[in-house]
Amino acid sequence: MAGEVVNVLEQTWQWFADPASWEGAGGIWSRLLEHLGYSGLVLLIAAVIALPLGILVGHTRAGGNVVVGVAGALRSLPTLGLLTLFALWIGLGLTAPVMALVLLAIAPLLTGAYAGISTVDPVVVDAARAQGLTEWQILTRVELPVAVPVIFGGIRNATLQVVATVTIMAYIDLGGLGRFLIDGLAVRDYSRMVAAMILAAILALLLDAVLAAAQKLLSSPGLSKED
Amino acid sequence: MFTRITRRGVLSAAAVASASALVLTGCGGGDDALSSGGDNQKVVVGSADFTESQTIAAIYAEALNDAGIEAETQPAIGAREAYVGAVQDGSVSVVPDYSGNLLQYFDEVTAPLTEDEVMEFLPPNLPEGVGVLDPSSAENKDAMVVTRATADEYGLTSIEDLAAVCSEMTLGAPPEFQERSYGLPGLQANYGCVPANFSPINDAGGPLTVQALLDNTVQVADIFTTTPAIKQNDLVVLEDPENNFLPQHVLPLYHEDDLSQDARDVLNKVSATLTTDDLIALNERVSGDEKASPEQAAKDWVADHNLS
Repeated sequence: MAGEVVNVLEQTWQWFADPASWEGAGGIWSRLLEHLGYSGLVLLIAAVIALPLGILVGHTRAGGNVVVGVAGALRSLPTLGLLTLFALWIGLGLTAPVMALVLLAIAPLLTGAYAGISTVDPVVVDAARAQGLTEWQILTRVELPVAVPVIFGGIRNATLQVVATVTIMAYIDLGGLGRFLIDGLAVRDYSRMVAAMILAAILALLLDAVLAAAQKLLSSPGLSKED
Repeated sequence: MFTRITRRGVLSAAAVASASALVLTGCGGGDDALSSGGDNQKVVVGSADFTESQTIAAIYAEALNDAGIEAETQPAIGAREAYVGAVQDGSVSVVPDYSGNLLQYFDEVTAPLTEDEVMEFLPPNLPEGVGVLDPSSAENKDAMVVTRATADEYGLTSIEDLAAVCSEMTLGAPPEFQERSYGLPGLQANYGCVPANFSPINDAGGPLTVQALLDNTVQVADIFTTTPAIKQNDLVVLEDPENNFLPQHVLPLYHEDDLSQDARDVLNKVSATLTTDDLIALNERVSGDEKASPEQAAKDWVADHNLS
């Protein structure tokens, strides 16, 4: 058994070392780009829906129950099942899996935005209001800067989940790193599957590092000094 | 207010977690089938872990009981590795299988084979103490399937006809079809058919594949011959004169010491009667809207056919 594992790892290494694995339409570079493209599209759509909603609910503190309930329910939906369901409704192509993945990404984004804004110290918000700031000014100058770390937590969480789960797009006739995973499994080529997992993990870590850097840039210096 | 909401979120998450734990334990019960059984008096009919196999096993048991031979089923033992082992060690007396895949399991098949050749090579390749009975005409194998409209448009009845227009078509099939000998390499070698595009759909010729065929995303698809959707949507199964796809006739695999001659006669009678259309109808009853149990579908089939 242990010998088999070593063997698979060795084959994985050989697969990586072979220049042919990297080139062409089905090569690693193009699959990586597809993977990034799908992930970016999903995250963008999910962010456009979830971030304003979470921020609005967090600011008004109305409907917080519903947000947490809906986000919890979304988390429990099996994405592969949704993909199959949507694909049966609207056919193969990009729309069905993107819809399924957007639902996956909405939950962390929504709860991150809601929790970030709604947990800003009410004393700070009241002080701002007493100074005569409008609601918009309170949101943009007080609540959002304070909430940046929590909102970014949601974005980073969503990114990790989406980058890992975009692999299921290969369940139907799409690309991305999932192609190596699903095509490898279909012919019991475990080395290709291991390679896909390694690539997806590296991609997720890189994106997380980028987002962490962005978070640092965007965070108010006052936040870190306080801690 | 926030803590209350959080607690509720945690509670519902816990409910979901325990529900999925129940589902998970439900899936893992198959292995116990191997440990029990082995009663020499009773015929134990095993089956693989998919519905069609369970229905055929139920038919075997029903027909045996009908003939006065006591039989019980041991459903969903697992994949071929598991149930062939069970037949070998005698914990299961007989299990329905498919001729080509059974041969493939014991001996690598590379060249296209006819059904007669499969049945010639199969017995000598079986392990000691294990045998096969007569194959049925009922067959569940990979097939190239097109819509009636496509078949009419190009005048298609066999894959030979398809070869001429292959280059205009997108072929939908599970991902392994790209690499397996019966897949794209076989279509090219045996028919000179190279589709314009290959569309991997990972549901083993299931609803997504049928959907892609119906909405013309793909023009030809790899679908199993006993899929009820073929009948329901008036799809056309293209003939395979070059035997690109290995024949897969249903036949009983049995432990030689555990099956009397009378029992063998009964099962041969079942095989002589069962057809591919019967399998489609049985699958539709069990997997379709009716959700009949394999046992009920088997009982009705045996009652409807004169096996004595």
